[in-house]
Amino acid sequence: MRHPSVVLVHGCAALTAVAALAHTLWYGLDERGPALAFGVLVVAGELARWRGAEERESAPLGAAGALAYALLGANGGEPTRHGVAQAVTVVMAAALVGCVPHVARGRGSTADHLARRLLTVAFAAVCFQPLYNRGALAEWSGPPYVLLLVALLVLTTLCDAVLAAVLARARTGWPFGPLLRDELRALLGIGSAVCATGVVMSLAVAVVGLWALPVFSLPLLLTQLAFRRYAAVRTTYRQTIASLARATEIAGYTPAGHARRVAELSRAVGRELGLSEPELTVLEYAALMHDIGQLSLVDPVPSGATAVLPAEEQRRIALLGGAVVRQTGVDARVAVVVERQADPYREQPVSARIVRAVNAYEEKAREAGPGGPLKALEELRLGTARDYQPEVVESLARVLLNQRAVTSGVPPGDSAPAALRVKGGGGRTAV
Amino acid sequence: MGSVPAWARGYVACVVMAALACLAPLPDLRGPWGAVGLLAALYAGCEQITRCRFPGRRAPRDIGTYEGSGGCPLGWHSPLLLAGAFLLSPAAAALVAVPGALLARAERRPRGLRRVWRAARLAVAVWAASRTHRALGGEDTVVTHDFPYALAPAGAAVLVLCAVLTLLDGGILALAERVPVRNAWRGLFPRSIAPVAVHGLAGLMMAVLWHSHHGPLAALLVLLPMYVSGWVFAQYHRERAAHQATIRALVQAVDIKDGYTRGHSERVGQASMMIARELGMDDERVEVLRFAGILHDVGKLGVPTRLLRKNGPLTPEERRVIELHPEYGHEMVRGIGFLGEARAAILHHHERMDGSGYPYGLAGHQIPECARVVAVADAFDAMTSTRSYGRARPVATAVEELERCAGTHFDPVMVQAFVRALERHGWRPAVTADAPGQSGNVPPQGAPARAEAGS
Repeated sequence: MRHPSVVLVHGCAALTAVAALAHTLWYGLDERGPALAFGVLVVAGELARWRGAEERESAPLGAAGALAYALLGANGGEPTRHGVAQAVTVVMAAALVGCVPHVARGRGSTADHLARRLLTVAFAAVCFQPLYNRGALAEWSGPPYVLLLVALLVLTTLCDAVLAAVLARARTGWPFGPLLRDELRALLGIGSAVCATGVVMSLAVAVVGLWALPVFSLPLLLTQLAFRRYAAVRTTYRQTIASLARATEIAGYTPAGHARRVAELSRAVGRELGLSEPELTVLEYAALMHDIGQLSLVDPVPSGATAVLPAEEQRRIALLGGAVVRQTGVDARVAVVVERQADPYREQPVSARIVRAVNAYEEKAREAGPGGPLKALEELRLGTARDYQPEVVESLARVLLNQRAVTSGVPPGDSAPAALRVKGGGGRTAV
Repeated sequence: MGSVPAWARGYVACVVMAALACLAPLPDLRGPWGAVGLLAALYAGCEQITRCRFPGRRAPRDIGTYEGSGGCPLGWHSPLLLAGAFLLSPAAAALVAVPGALLARAERRPRGLRRVWRAARLAVAVWAASRTHRALGGEDTVVTHDFPYALAPAGAAVLVLCAVLTLLDGGILALAERVPVRNAWRGLFPRSIAPVAVHGLAGLMMAVLWHSHHGPLAALLVLLPMYVSGWVFAQYHRERAAHQATIRALVQAVDIKDGYTRGHSERVGQASMMIARELGMDDERVEVLRFAGILHDVGKLGVPTRLLRKNGPLTPEERRVIELHPEYGHEMVRGIGFLGEARAAILHHHERMDGSGYPYGLAGHQIPECARVVAVADAFDAMTSTRSYGRARPVATAVEELERCAGTHFDPVMVQAFVRALERHGWRPAVTADAPGQSGNVPPQGAPARAEAGS
């Protein structure tokens, strides 16, 4: 079953596409040269698309080309006559062609990507083309015209960010605010490069003709290359940290997969609580390495469960872990979280609260066997006076409920046990 | 370059004289002083932004070149210089670079000399590029937006810029950094031509837009993508350095736990690399083998220290525990994608050619090639380095021992390749952890071992 907002966005995009196509078929294609050139550019940009771990805009060249065509006023000094419908049609056709290899290889959410591309181009073209074709911008030459284009593109990308956040919210169920914040932050990075390139391409084509397209595609490709290399090194780094975290498991201090499970669950809880992307990365690294202090113990803690140790001992292990993390050269903020993971929650930063609660849950749920999750949550709720922050525990309960719903295919609320569903002291009804 | 050799000072003085000669026609210039001032101010401003926003971006490798935008010898803001070269007369274009380069902070001493050198180097190179552009009639093509004919003079100017920078940088590498003369120029030109060409295109677009009725504002938008890529490349370098520091800390913990003098793992990495090069493997595989050597014993993190450092003979039970370390190591690094076949090397580096090794008792060519390489490298460094309970043996004795065991323990092909590599290059392992001044992210030595000493 699709989320209504996904259906709405896709429906709007489909309607726009059909209307634009019908209009173009009826009236024919104006100025085939520019249409073909921009079409080729968008196809090339889409072919070079990649699935970045962090970056929102995965086909910057395609986006810049599409926006430049929507904002194209003149070609080599001659005014253009293509309207909104043609801009949308050309971009849609090119994006569809460019998507074929990605669909064939079964990668990426192509439908969302296409819908966003189409709606943003339609928006930019609707704002610009009627004004230009009616001659309303004739006296706006020089810097005011440049500023107008910049303002239009900024507006367009803001709308695109909202659209992306809506779609992500519908797909993942994460809170809207932090998603939008992450989208807007991404705008400052590659989004600004896309905007600037779109404006420059449209202006440069107006001055020198279509030769401007290949000339100015290369700098944006350089930007894309930089982002790809950055994403690759980040992936590698994350894998290395996960390996380091596995050292405690191999040395027999913690059960296999513990660090990874705590990291995944912590990330989900952090996301639910509205942490930003950089904070989530710190949280994930800290969760992966939270047990590393145990390497310095003389004898392993029985099955690695630190949550049942005396508080002083827990804190000692946490401090040792922080020291080890500092020595590995990982971000100092990670070390702080690892160090503070055993403190009472009121003295902790929020990441450390999450790691503490999730770690305790993971250990307790594992020991208790079947029905463990419920008992563990119950115990955590009893500890909210001092050890675990109530909000974090409730967020954890919601995340677990969602995961259950996803794995069992039942919408949340239908079959979930009362202890997971009911807030506060509801755990008493546990089966 | 703590003390600058007299030759290098002389060289810098010559380049400065050349730069002054380039700037000499300035007083007679009746050109667009507004454009010169704007470009120079922007260049200086961008230089300052770079300093504040991209900390640690420049590799402290040599005196003049910047390591940054994908090996570009200029900054991300170099389209400004190239736009100047395409727009202005040669002397004015050379002037654009000077204030920014003089005001930029130099990371290492002698700072004054470095600043002067950078300014002179850029001025000469930009002058040459602008001169070429004019000689080929580029000025008119920019003014009349005559595409694609504007690309030819611009391309020639980029080539000249790159060539002059290569020439000057190689000279300073040879004289001030004492890089051997035949190595000084190697790879400089091919490495920098691609990024400089991209910056050249951006510069050309700036120049054209600057001349058009849209004016300088449109030209400045060209800089934004360049800024973003410069910023991301800086992040990339930072993250990569952090990653390397983490791996280094990891293997140091292993070395100390194992009772080696520090650097054993890195030396095994270097020896593996030497063998791989000698066997004619491609660069990517050589790099993977270096990592295989560096991480070969990482599984020892999972073995109790008291077993690793035990002085007397080991009981069969203890031996079995220690012999688990290749499997532990493989289990640890299994998820690291870029290691590729290095993971097999970590699992099999204790196999022997006659099948008497562990963990699986593979024989001959059943053992992966990379594992046979690492086995030789590991045995050699174990013999030639001091451990907590044993003296180091001389290289010649170790080589004899390797040759004696070739065929039974080691692959003779690998042993021969290693012997050849030793004859050619000698054994002078440089361990980065030992080098002072590179310890930015590297933790103080010995601490991980202290943390684990009780385990």
